[in-house]
Amino acid sequence: MNLIAKPSKNNIKTYVPIGLSLVSLSFLDVFVNAFFDYNLMIFLPSQLSYFLPLLLGFIGFYLIRIELSGIHYLDILNKNINSNNFNALLTLLTIFIIIKSIPPMLDWFILEANFIGNSKEDCTGNGACWVFIKVWFNRFMYGLYPDAEQWRINTAFLILFVIVGASFFVSEKLKKYFILFLIFVFPFLGIKLISGGSFGLEYVESAAWGGLSLTFIISAFAILFCFPIGVILALGRRSSLPAIKYISIGFIELWRGVPLITVLFMSAVMFPMFLPDGTFIDKLIRVLIAITLFEAAYMAEVVRGGLQALPKGQYEAARSLGMGYWKMNFLIILPQALKLVIPGIANTLLALVKDTPLIFVVGLMELAGMIGLAKTNPKWLGMAMEGYVFAGLVFWIICYAMSRYSQNLEKKLSTER
Amino acid sequence: MGKIIELKKVNKWFDKFQVLKDIDLEVAPQEKIVICGPSGSGKSTLIRCINRLEEHQDGNIVVDGTELSESTKNIEKIRAEVGMVFQQFNLFPHLSILDNCTLAPIWVKKLPKKQAEEIAMKNLTRVQIDDQALKFPGQLSGGQQQRAAIARALCMEPKIMLFDEPTSALDPEMIKEVLDVMVDLAKGGMTMIVVTHEMGFAKEVADYMIFMDEGKIVERAKTKEFFESPKSERTKLFLSQIL
Repeated sequence: MNLIAKPSKNNIKTYVPIGLSLVSLSFLDVFVNAFFDYNLMIFLPSQLSYFLPLLLGFIGFYLIRIELSGIHYLDILNKNINSNNFNALLTLLTIFIIIKSIPPMLDWFILEANFIGNSKEDCTGNGACWVFIKVWFNRFMYGLYPDAEQWRINTAFLILFVIVGASFFVSEKLKKYFILFLIFVFPFLGIKLISGGSFGLEYVESAAWGGLSLTFIISAFAILFCFPIGVILALGRRSSLPAIKYISIGFIELWRGVPLITVLFMSAVMFPMFLPDGTFIDKLIRVLIAITLFEAAYMAEVVRGGLQALPKGQYEAARSLGMGYWKMNFLIILPQALKLVIPGIANTLLALVKDTPLIFVVGLMELAGMIGLAKTNPKWLGMAMEGYVFAGLVFWIICYAMSRYSQNLEKKLSTER
Repeated sequence: MGKIIELKKVNKWFDKFQVLKDIDLEVAPQEKIVICGPSGSGKSTLIRCINRLEEHQDGNIVVDGTELSESTKNIEKIRAEVGMVFQQFNLFPHLSILDNCTLAPIWVKKLPKKQAEEIAMKNLTRVQIDDQALKFPGQLSGGQQQRAAIARALCMEPKIMLFDEPTSALDPEMIKEVLDVMVDLAKGGMTMIVVTHEMGFAKEVADYMIFMDEGKIVERAKTKEFFESPKSERTKLFLSQIL
């Protein structure tokens, strides 16, 4: 004889209320425990009270697991998080962990964190010392760039954002000019504005540049240049001319095989030794070239993946219409290949942005580097956590924005059915 | 009448395997030639040699007065004059049908965009898919795609059209719409070389039939003779299997 009938449509009226209350009770127990530090089941032996929420939730989930119950939300719930015993257990554990981890996070980030003040001594609570970020914010954004000249960086980025923003609203034809300006004019204009030295602007050497603005400058330049170089290398590697092919392979394999940190170090320290006396290339430019070539090698392989995915018929169709090598590649092959590898391109560019902190090895400090510097300041010792959480958040926002953009692009360019 | 295509003793190897053996072929302007034969007999390779999608290793191929050889200086010019239609359509999936048709005229023949679009619409109307001009290839049926591919080739206003099994990848009910377009084209006086197994089409339009086997032209005859009194045993066998 079955003591307890299997949950089914016949006993739905009794089982679902009981099951839901058991599940709720288990959540309530964990919740009260996490937020108010009080054990509802204190009257039970300690081991039992520890596992009780899990047990209650498990039984509750078992009771409400009724196939085709006819109740819309119950069916959705069962299908997604309660399809079998193991699934129910995972659901419970996940929810418990989330509930348990909210209070300490909330405490550290907000409730017990310090926002007011301007020195380490003002941080008296147990939570994060956001004062650190507040005080150093200017440095985190601009590095050691002189305060009085920071408007130049702001102006450069303002122009960038205005043009990019405007390009979404203007006609197709004007948009083309905007994009050409952004690629061929703006980078040099912006750099001139920031570095100064002419037009009555005070010269600011690149060693003083830093913080988030340097992250943006390096990322933007590297992305701008590594992309075309990568495409050329990818085409080169598939070329039928042996010289071009093997030079491309050699280049790609050389740069891919060396860690970025080594490349940066060589570009900054060893490279000048090989230059004739008297010649001087700015350290930032050397680093930029190094990062660009490094990422171009990766980009080349991503693009090559796309080239290989295209059917041979596309090449033949293009050639049968009388197109030469360049027309075929730029009108037919690359538009399709690049569209195919947007996820891979986004991947490489995200990695590029996140690789920028490595420039600390040559003494340049972008956002993470500045934080590293600030946390070793004697007045602000012990602020590593706040600093790196902040850096993580900023990088995440940048990278997530890029990722979303790439997804939109993919959707927009899709011409499938 | 002068010949627009002349092949003399053409030989081609894929590595050690010889796909074309001493092919001789002459085509006069406005002639329609249908090539048939079992798979692997080299018929596709033969017509692909005519616009040099494949290179021949031995012999001469002269297309419209230009010899095809290693020096590829003129190859793009030749290809622009020789339209090709593929078994797998090979439309450009990232472009609309109209753009598929205008791309080469604009970039290769340097026509103004407006003129290219006029030519494209004229040819799309001719193949009866002018109402699909702004769609992408992926949104069209197989038959429509193949007709679009024919229109794309016609937009270059070629002197010769090559068809490489244009109906083999189509569902049976779509074959007719493509063949109708090809018949119309043939009646318009286009020089055509068609590789196909559609013998009904061959009987209707072909001036000459060519039967190939194992890289050789086994039989070349006027269409009527070819079907009614084939000379070689191999041709008879093939025809008995296919008809």
